[in-house]
Amino acid sequence: MTAATLAHGRDPHHVHGIEDAENRGPAPKRIVTGYGFWIFILSDMVMFSCFFAAFAVLSGKTAGGPHGSELFNLRNVAIETGCLLMSSFVCGMASIAADMRNKFWFQIAMAVTCVLGLAFLWIEFREFADLVARGAGPSRSAFLSSFFTLVGCHGLHVSAGILWLLTMMAQVFAKGFRADIQRRFLCFALFWHALDIIWVAVFSIVYLLGSGT
Amino acid sequence: MLGKLTWGAIPFDQPIPLLAGAVVLVAILAVLVWVVVKGHLPYLWREWITSVDHKRIGVMYTLLASVMLLRGFSDAIMMRLQQAVSFHSPGFLPPEHYNQIFSAHGTIMIFFVAMPFVIGLMNLVVPLQLGVRDVAFPTLNSVGFWLTATGALLVNVSLVVGEFARTGWLPYPPLSELTYSPGVGVDYYLWSLEISGVGTLVAGINLVTTILKIRTKGMTYLRMPMFCWTALASNLLIVAAFPILTATLAMLILDRYLGFHFFTNEAGGNVMMFMNLIWAWGHPEVYILILPPFGIFSEVVATFSGKALFGYRSMVLATMAICLLSFMVWLHHFFTMGAGADVNAIFGIASMIIAIPTGVKIYNWLFTMYGGRVRFATPMLWSLGFMVTFIIGGLTGVLLAVPPADFLLHNSLFLIAHFHNVIIGGVLFGAFAGYTYWFPKAFGFRLHEGLGKAAFWFWLVGFYVAFMPLYVAGFLGATRRMQHYDVAEWRPWLIAAGFGAVLILIGIAFQIAQLAFSIRHREELRDRTGDPWDGRSLEWATSSPPPVFNFAILPDVSGEDAYWTQKLLARQQGKADEPHYEAIEMPRNSPTGFVCAFFATIMGFALIWHIWWMVIAGFVGAFATFVVFAWRDHDEYEIPADEVARLDRANIAARRELVTAARDAS
Amino acid sequence: MNILDPQGPIAAAEKTILIDSVAIMLAIVVPTIIAIFAFAFWFRQSNPRAKYQPDWAYSGRIELVVWGIPALTVILLGGVAWIGAHQLDPAKPVDGTGQGVTIQVVSLDWKWLFIYPDQRVATVNTLTVPVGAPLHFQLTSASVMNAFFIPQLGSMIYTMNGMTTHLELRADEVGTYGGLSSHFSGDGFPDMLFDVHVVPQTEFSDWAVKSAHSAQGLNADSYKELVKQSVPKDKTVYRLEDPELFQDIATQRIAPGPGPDPASGKEQTVSSGVPHSGADHAR
Repeated sequence: MTAATLAHGRDPHHVHGIEDAENRGPAPKRIVTGYGFWIFILSDMVMFSCFFAAFAVLSGKTAGGPHGSELFNLRNVAIETGCLLMSSFVCGMASIAADMRNKFWFQIAMAVTCVLGLAFLWIEFREFADLVARGAGPSRSAFLSSFFTLVGCHGLHVSAGILWLLTMMAQVFAKGFRADIQRRFLCFALFWHALDIIWVAVFSIVYLLGSGT
Repeated sequence: MLGKLTWGAIPFDQPIPLLAGAVVLVAILAVLVWVVVKGHLPYLWREWITSVDHKRIGVMYTLLASVMLLRGFSDAIMMRLQQAVSFHSPGFLPPEHYNQIFSAHGTIMIFFVAMPFVIGLMNLVVPLQLGVRDVAFPTLNSVGFWLTATGALLVNVSLVVGEFARTGWLPYPPLSELTYSPGVGVDYYLWSLEISGVGTLVAGINLVTTILKIRTKGMTYLRMPMFCWTALASNLLIVAAFPILTATLAMLILDRYLGFHFFTNEAGGNVMMFMNLIWAWGHPEVYILILPPFGIFSEVVATFSGKALFGYRSMVLATMAICLLSFMVWLHHFFTMGAGADVNAIFGIASMIIAIPTGVKIYNWLFTMYGGRVRFATPMLWSLGFMVTFIIGGLTGVLLAVPPADFLLHNSLFLIAHFHNVIIGGVLFGAFAGYTYWFPKAFGFRLHEGLGKAAFWFWLVGFYVAFMPLYVAGFLGATRRMQHYDVAEWRPWLIAAGFGAVLILIGIAFQIAQLAFSIRHREELRDRTGDPWDGRSLEWATSSPPPVFNFAILPDVSGEDAYWTQKLLARQQGKADEPHYEAIEMPRNSPTGFVCAFFATIMGFALIWHIWWMVIAGFVGAFATFVVFAWRDHDEYEIPADEVARLDRANIAARRELVTAARDAS
Repeated sequence: MNILDPQGPIAAAEKTILIDSVAIMLAIVVPTIIAIFAFAFWFRQSNPRAKYQPDWAYSGRIELVVWGIPALTVILLGGVAWIGAHQLDPAKPVDGTGQGVTIQVVSLDWKWLFIYPDQRVATVNTLTVPVGAPLHFQLTSASVMNAFFIPQLGSMIYTMNGMTTHLELRADEVGTYGGLSSHFSGDGFPDMLFDVHVVPQTEFSDWAVKSAHSAQGLNADSYKELVKQSVPKDKTVYRLEDPELFQDIATQRIAPGPGPDPASGKEQTVSSGVPHSGADHAR
């Protein structure tokens, strides 16, 4: 203790009175896990930004093929969006259930989230299949390549999220709300909500803006 | 059944890769057989392959880097030899080989030597310097390492099964599109980097979280060692920049595999977009590589001058300025694309601005020596060599940042000389300094000084002899990547450069000899106190090597140079009370990293050769691995308090000798 | 190909900038390197005369200087960069005597095609230009990226398919100079060399007239042969039958050149000039 005090006095960087500037030691696991996952989400958003940038650069390069305004069905997009936003809401319900350690409502909420997520994916898959059938597949033009990649990348993330969701449901079913499972679920919820945010950007920039051209 | 893979993929008709491949295969088999026969396999599996200990992972990263240095350097020797003889002559390497060799050289050196080397040193040292037990996500750390190893493996497999890319280390389209590169070479490149890119990103997330959230008591940001600051900046760059690489390579993969048109000539693809995207990653990448070595030099120069680092806050500011500015200069890699005077000028000026904080660092190291007592141990020699060499490289870099100068020197051997100047003089010298400096910490014995000094001198002189002639050749109009040439003026310089490469080869030979000799004579070189250099930061407070938990009690830090302060106090005060020891929980080993990488290798290979069923199998295996890992019930194990006490008491006893000896001497 | 031996105003101005920039920086770099040696030597442990100041780790004055010196240097060089980038922008017209010549450059695998639309001439791997006249280059690529570079005349510029870049040069001395591609473009890349014959105006006019009556004609068909992957042995001079040829290539009305024969993607023989057939750009 003496050692600390002595060194304390000699440290040119220590300013008296600013106690909260001191670091109290390693942060608890839940905070560390959440923080690390946020950093991952930020990195994922950087990746999405690249696809957005490519879309912006290539949006006019239709190579004589169809433009977005000829292809997009805004009604389907609205339904998709509704499903995804609703699934985020229900995922929030699952978070509350997890906090309250209520297995039943947790599983119900997660199942509904899953169904809504799958509905989103189904509509998107149908949209893609329809475009390909009409000769507006990703190899038709640079614009379509960038469209399919941006929207498809989001869809792949949702698919991965569904796999993760099912794994979480299985884990809670088998082992309950153990601390590490809670931490994982926190990450899953962050992931699911982040996908929502990205979808808002996607439908605004790709579908709404694109339909106006 | 096996996609595009046929027996024709093996180069039975090409002696050089066939021989090289055979030699490497035999060497690998020999090592494996020796390991198994001597019964080392359980030890290796338990202590290294499934280890989630940051110190072990750091060592494995460094080992991977060293082995790949030999591969990358062999490519370099072949290139220099070819250029020394191919005046008005086809030389001994036909274009399709030479082009693979220079592409592999760059790819390996950047992604599988420089990156793993700095990541390895950061992994080993940062938690120790922060006074904590491990990084934030130990198992993820293991995954990151093994995925990097997967990438390295795939690149080397291309030597004997198929071919490697012939597009240079950055695969500019449309040359890298399917039309002009129909073989599997570019695919090897793409999948190898996509997979190891995941590993790098994971390491970045891990280290950022560790530095920001896991530091010992009292270690505020401004009390962290300089190496931790540069590690933070470098890993922030990794997190921000590597996703760009992932996305861009993914777009090229989509073009090649599914007929997309991001960068094709047809249907609206945009070649310029590739260049912008890839260099938006590429420029931060070189700062990812150089910032940790800057941190190493800060540590080494301070320690071997017996003096605190000069201008600590200034260095922190400079580091974070470099971190931020590195995202604003990318266009200087293609001034000659014709973006116009305003754009070129702005990026040129931005590129110069980044030289300011870099210059500040050099001066701060200079003034750290001023008023110090400089000891010329091998790490200090590397640092001095770096300072002089890097300044020259920086000068040529700022020169290239002037657009009209670049209009003459872009893509020339002058450019090659510049970036080797800063990468070898900066990154590699820093890595070697760090390797020599922290080797005793990792293994418990020092490296032989004399052989280390010999290695340094051959590397230093060899570097100058190999690359100064290339500056001259660049002024004479020589461009890069030429398999043969007709200009007589270039010849003497290219021959001189070849001679320099041989000197470097001797330097490498000395490094190998140093390692072998030091292992053999490790008892004489033993570091018994854990502080062989009279260090200043907390890693020197642990034994060499540290126990798995690093610190029995997490230190309470109250100033900069935490350990130096501790030492001074200990010398004044003498014995302190014994602390109260408690049991420590440490993360359990896990094969997740290794198994996941195994499936990633299968997936990567299958994707390259279009073996679709194998891709699915690999993916299912990787996913299953994660689920199995998630199903673990016991992820930690406990080290009992008396074991902790025993280890700590031994450390204290060894140090007491050191302190007593110092007190008696003064 | 020595860039320190310029034969035109662009290269000369760029050389000046090179030398001036190096000089400015050496003024800082040389003293710094000397200081590194001096400090390390003087403050070596074995020197009892050197004063040991273990706690001296900060000086505001020194900080001001070490931030200031690089900053001032950068301001100076930044000015050089700004002015130089504007004055020497590749597309900026260059004054000259006599009539300017428009030369349309197409990089192919692996040779250079030079089209003189006004003179109705086209050449492969050889350029003839009048001394002192402004040279207006319009550049594109038939396939992959390349870079057009005549070191002794000045700036290089990229060539890209589907796009046109612009370069303005002038050659001030009669003679023959070397040109090359300075961006790697595949197996035949090292052979993408061309001669630049700088001749008096009258000689140029005579050459143009004579070449416009060349036996070989460059039209869509002969171009198709040319665009296949090969390294030519001869420096053919063509009469230009289609003055819109460059525009057609640059706007992709003519499809980009083919890659290697898809069946033998690994083996490419380049030395014999035997073209590989198969326009493989189906994907």
